[in-house]
Amino acid sequence: MSLKTTLLLIPLLPLIGSLISGLARNQVGRAGAHWITILAVAGSCLLSVSVLQMQLAGEIGVENISIYAWMVSDGIRFEVGFLIDHLTTLMMTVVTFVSLMVHIYTIGYMHDDPGYQRFFSYINLFTFAMLMLVMSNNFLQLFFGWEAVGLVSYLLIGFWFKRESAIRANMKAFLVNRVGDFGFLLGIAAVLMTFGSLDYATVFAATPTMAGETISVMGGSEWNMLTFICICLFIGAMGKSAQAPLHVWLPDSMEGPTPISALIHAATMVTAGIFMVARMSPLFEMSDAALSFVMLIGAFTAFAMGLIGIVQNDIKRVVAYSTLSQLGYMTVALGVSAYSAAIFHLMTHAFFKALLFLGAGSVIIALHHQQDMRYMGALRKHMPITWITAWIGTLALVGFPFFAGFYSKDMIIEAVHLSQRWGSGVAYIAVVAGVLITSLYSFRLLYMTFHGKARWEVVESDEHHLPDGQLSHAPKESPLVVTVPLILLAIPSVLIGWYTVEPVLFGGWLDDSIYVAERNDVLAELSQHFHGATALGLHAVQTIPFWLMVAGFAIATFVYLFRPRVAELFSQRLPFLYRLLDHKYYFDEFYQKTFAQGGLRVGQGLWKRADAGFIDGFLVNGSARAVNWVAARVRRWQTGYLYDYAFAMIIGLIAILAAWVVLY
Amino acid sequence: MLTITHFLTLGAILFCLSVAGIFLNRKNVIILLMCIELMLLAVNMNFVTFSRFLDNLDGQVFVFFILTVAAAEAAIGLAILVVLFRNRETINVAELDDLKG
Repeated sequence: MSLKTTLLLIPLLPLIGSLISGLARNQVGRAGAHWITILAVAGSCLLSVSVLQMQLAGEIGVENISIYAWMVSDGIRFEVGFLIDHLTTLMMTVVTFVSLMVHIYTIGYMHDDPGYQRFFSYINLFTFAMLMLVMSNNFLQLFFGWEAVGLVSYLLIGFWFKRESAIRANMKAFLVNRVGDFGFLLGIAAVLMTFGSLDYATVFAATPTMAGETISVMGGSEWNMLTFICICLFIGAMGKSAQAPLHVWLPDSMEGPTPISALIHAATMVTAGIFMVARMSPLFEMSDAALSFVMLIGAFTAFAMGLIGIVQNDIKRVVAYSTLSQLGYMTVALGVSAYSAAIFHLMTHAFFKALLFLGAGSVIIALHHQQDMRYMGALRKHMPITWITAWIGTLALVGFPFFAGFYSKDMIIEAVHLSQRWGSGVAYIAVVAGVLITSLYSFRLLYMTFHGKARWEVVESDEHHLPDGQLSHAPKESPLVVTVPLILLAIPSVLIGWYTVEPVLFGGWLDDSIYVAERNDVLAELSQHFHGATALGLHAVQTIPFWLMVAGFAIATFVYLFRPRVAELFSQRLPFLYRLLDHKYYFDEFYQKTFAQGGLRVGQGLWKRADAGFIDGFLVNGSARAVNWVAARVRRWQTGYLYDYAFAMIIGLIAILAAWVVLY
Repeated sequence: MLTITHFLTLGAILFCLSVAGIFLNRKNVIILLMCIELMLLAVNMNFVTFSRFLDNLDGQVFVFFILTVAAAEAAIGLAILVVLFRNRETINVAELDDLKG
């Protein structure tokens, strides 16, 4: 099989699977749908791994393959093509692996759902779209993948479309993403305007020559062209990767079924923005202003969104805010030019966050779709596998030494520490404080769910819908299709950081895809202090983040395991802070008031004033009224008497004659 | 000696008479018809006059056409009048104002 065929098959297998299971869902049935889609994803996962192996063996280098020229317009080629370098291969492997796990898990999670085949069709379609996004070798295809994952995300958030809250959430996700995509589209248009091409290779090659270009924005003020492009592109990334202030859709997207929260809203789609910025590193490296912007946005998100996680009670929402915070970390890493660190964290995060989400899903199944942590507790005896894997995921998330998250997060913090970029001091404080917060909410989740006293009871009842905290039978461990993916994801959550930190960050593995200007290269500086993954892990006990993590653990243990009343006291003593966090900094209220209601008011104004008032009232009815008014006066001329008409004719005749005589 | 002026004056007088008849008559539609006939005759008068003085027979040919048309018009006009009277039971001009806007 040639390389081209392999690469084509990787995205096309899930597309075919999606079409079959979606369009012929009644013919293939439930089992057919999951077999087809899982085999398709498994196939593309195996092929991705084989491409990775070929790369590791040095059989292929950077492959820029054009598949199909869609059209040529004014010398600009619109193509479908694949750019296969180490960054792409890494993303392909992570996406297909996590996707495969989620597919298997879905068999258990969606077991009783009437939309079973539809769900498999969607997640297969998502895998296709995401692969198109990461494998692209041009901006157009990137945009296609970008929008396609957005579409699938919309479909899946609103999967249970009979729920009011679900359709509101998917509409919100769609609208917020539109804001980001608008910036992204402007960025792509600016690229096309500046470089006259949409091909990555052409654009990146021409980037250094464009450093001095400027563009006048909003009448007058001159911007550096590359800064403008980068900020526009990053606005797109802010939408997709849920960075403040465009983050508001991600927590609400938890209305969707848990498997897609894991796949789309934690592990893969939301990292598209991070991937995109890393891919555009040659552009971003040319603009310090844009990178500072990226870093500060990321730092704010990493710090502020983690804090919200502490006060949430919905288990999935806690994990969602944790995702926001971790995406913030990745963005900070991008901002300090540590692109490799961002991609590294993206990869480790994909594994442990998917694990945490699927673990949360497993708990939700056991408690009959109860998501509120106030009605959980003491589940560790009932579901040991979920409990252990959740611990592993949590340890990876908080950055316990030797777990995957430790290496990636620690490297980001160190990179921010070393960075000379404007504002990096603030960002450093934010990411270090973020460690404490991460540890706090993570262990809080763990304790409230698996430890402490049970806040639910088993009651004898035949009713399907019981009040909160009552279950018709005791929770039990989820079936194998759920626990096996948990175990398979737990393994990389432990090992992948230790195993890959050296090649990915310091071995120059991503050098063929990522460009870092020498003066910005914090990772090169870091590598001088790097003496292997094990040494790094042992060294952790001498660093601040480690002790902050331990402090977070200690506080959470004390507050949520031993003195559950303390948390309540805190919320009563500091009502202002509690309310601020509980309302998520009033972002939603603010958007609701200004944009949603402002939009309504503008719409109402346009409707009442412009449409009903001016167009209908003045132009349409106005002209009718004018005709009416004129006619009411003219009709008096029409007496109906023949002699009046004859008289008029004579007068007219005389007038015409007179005119004729006068003129000639 | 009769000159062209006399004939044309006669034609003009006839025409003015008929126009005055149309304006002044408020009673009878038949008089209106007669006035129209008279107008046509006035026109005929002009045609014949010019035909005679310009030594061209075309004018007299025209007069025949006009006489024919006038006859047809009178016939149709009277027929309409009959129908009108049947429907309205009046031929009083002052009452025929259905075209009033």
